[in-house]
Amino acid sequence: MVTLQLDRLTAYYGRRQILSEISTPLFHGGQVVALLGPNAAGKSTLFRRIFGLLQGGGDIRIEGAKASRPICYMPQENAVNAVLSVYETVLLARMQGRRLKVTPEDLAQVDQTLDELGITALGKRNIGDLSGGQRQLVSAAQALVQAPEILLLDEPTSALDLNRQIGFLSVLRRLAAERRLLVMVALHDLGHALRYTDQAMVLQDGRLTACGQSNEVITPELLRQVYGVAARIESCSKGRPLLILDDVA
Amino acid sequence: MSEARLGDDQAMGREFYRALVLKRQFIVVGLVLAISVTLCIDLALGPAQYSLIEVVSALLAPSQVSDQVRVVLWEIRMPVALMALVVGASLSVAGAQMQTILSNPLASPFTLGISAGAGFGAALALAFGVVFIPAAVNYVIPINAFLMAMLTSFFIYSLSLRRGVTIETIVLLGIAMVFVFNALMALIQFFASQQAVAAVVFWTMGSLTKATWPKFWIALAVLAAVIPLLARHGWALTAMRLGDAKAESLGVNPRRLRLEVLVLVSLLAAVAVSFVGTIGFIGLVGPHIARLILGEDQRFFLPGAALCGALILSIGSILSKTVMPGTIIPIGIVTSLVGIPFFLCLILSHKRALW
Repeated sequence: MVTLQLDRLTAYYGRRQILSEISTPLFHGGQVVALLGPNAAGKSTLFRRIFGLLQGGGDIRIEGAKASRPICYMPQENAVNAVLSVYETVLLARMQGRRLKVTPEDLAQVDQTLDELGITALGKRNIGDLSGGQRQLVSAAQALVQAPEILLLDEPTSALDLNRQIGFLSVLRRLAAERRLLVMVALHDLGHALRYTDQAMVLQDGRLTACGQSNEVITPELLRQVYGVAARIESCSKGRPLLILDDVA
Repeated sequence: MSEARLGDDQAMGREFYRALVLKRQFIVVGLVLAISVTLCIDLALGPAQYSLIEVVSALLAPSQVSDQVRVVLWEIRMPVALMALVVGASLSVAGAQMQTILSNPLASPFTLGISAGAGFGAALALAFGVVFIPAAVNYVIPINAFLMAMLTSFFIYSLSLRRGVTIETIVLLGIAMVFVFNALMALIQFFASQQAVAAVVFWTMGSLTKATWPKFWIALAVLAAVIPLLARHGWALTAMRLGDAKAESLGVNPRRLRLEVLVLVSLLAAVAVSFVGTIGFIGLVGPHIARLILGEDQRFFLPGAALCGALILSIGSILSKTVMPGTIIPIGIVTSLVGIPFFLCLILSHKRALW
């Protein structure tokens, strides 16, 4: 099973330090880890640093990976105007670094991924004709179709309607469990983080301010300190933790 | 989702993709056939008119036609007709990849000032006899044009390597170079003799009439060398159209790929322009027509752009001989005058955004 641990990880844009010595416990395949924090906390930078797009100090320890490139990354940006169908766009992600010939296995993988995310019907549509939410699902499909062992998703639900947010996060949980896939997902909805993630990391000004089990990390104190809001966490009638926002602190 | 339903949906996706690929293969074959036809028509037209049967006979069995027909077709018209195909393909591929890597629908060999640089190099030779590299008389102007075009490219690349230079900056640098060379051309025309000015103006109009077999083989060799190098990056180049951030997330290094492709397409455009002068329309429109009929999967878009460019210039070559019988109008004028209204109709009648 794949494991990931960050040890005193730093990242720079030019001379400006964005991340300061981020160290985490050992995350393993099967877990869904929420990456939380206000805007400009360094969440995207951390993903880019883990994926290898940024240089810096510290160690990224990955063990137990079967593939040579075990990490896939879905960035936030998904504005696209290429003349490509959704099917081609997803296939394209799988074919990077490979020969030009497409095999039946490649097509089967694309079909399966589109089906898992419930976007098979979009296959024929042009990528530029989709709504922001649909494009976000296609972007997630591009990451999933590469059969990653570690999946980094940067705010994958920001453009989705409520139904699709819940559907998408449920699929993520299921795939993480079935494929022993380690998912790190940046989220702004702490209610979703409480319900759909096992672990949570909280970034603020490039520093890791909290890390642990989601229900232990996401507390009223954290919400006040990091987000500047007054909130309560109570149990609903089904026993699930429920985040209630009262006011700006 | 039930197993049966899942199987049906998956087969639907695969079938759609296979049908799409098949359709594109037919289009590519159709383009090849269309080019074969225009090539024969192009060969048949000229001061001595031949029937298509005579042309096909001369092509398939040169020994069975008269010496006169063989010489006219093989020695005079064939280099010109084939040069139209190779130059059209080269300019179109160069434009296609510039549009791809610069994410700009207006990008073409003109955008980066490559054609303007070539024009300036040629004008120096034509007006003042400036020779960069001593060579045979036939090659002085192409060599001057080629060197200035490549010099322009390398100037832009060296600036684009600086930190913080975006793709928009590269395009702006190219446009700045176009204005610089236009001003320098005006200066040359101001000081040059009337005869030299006429020669410079004629060169900038673009003409295939000076094509010869050696020039054709050089242009073909460069095209044949560059296309496989571009095709090797087929998936990565397609990913570039999704934006740099997305391409990076798929494992592509956009900056390195952009530089490599810029060098390759500059070479392609510089060679083409140096032999025939500035033909602007092809590098812009060839890729757009290819995109319209074949999409942007580089496995089809790259050959499609080459074939569209070749076809357009071949048609241009035919029209340049037929619009005013007895006169060969410079091909740059014909392609712009006839091609642009056609192109406008095409893009305005298309329901979906082309870019």
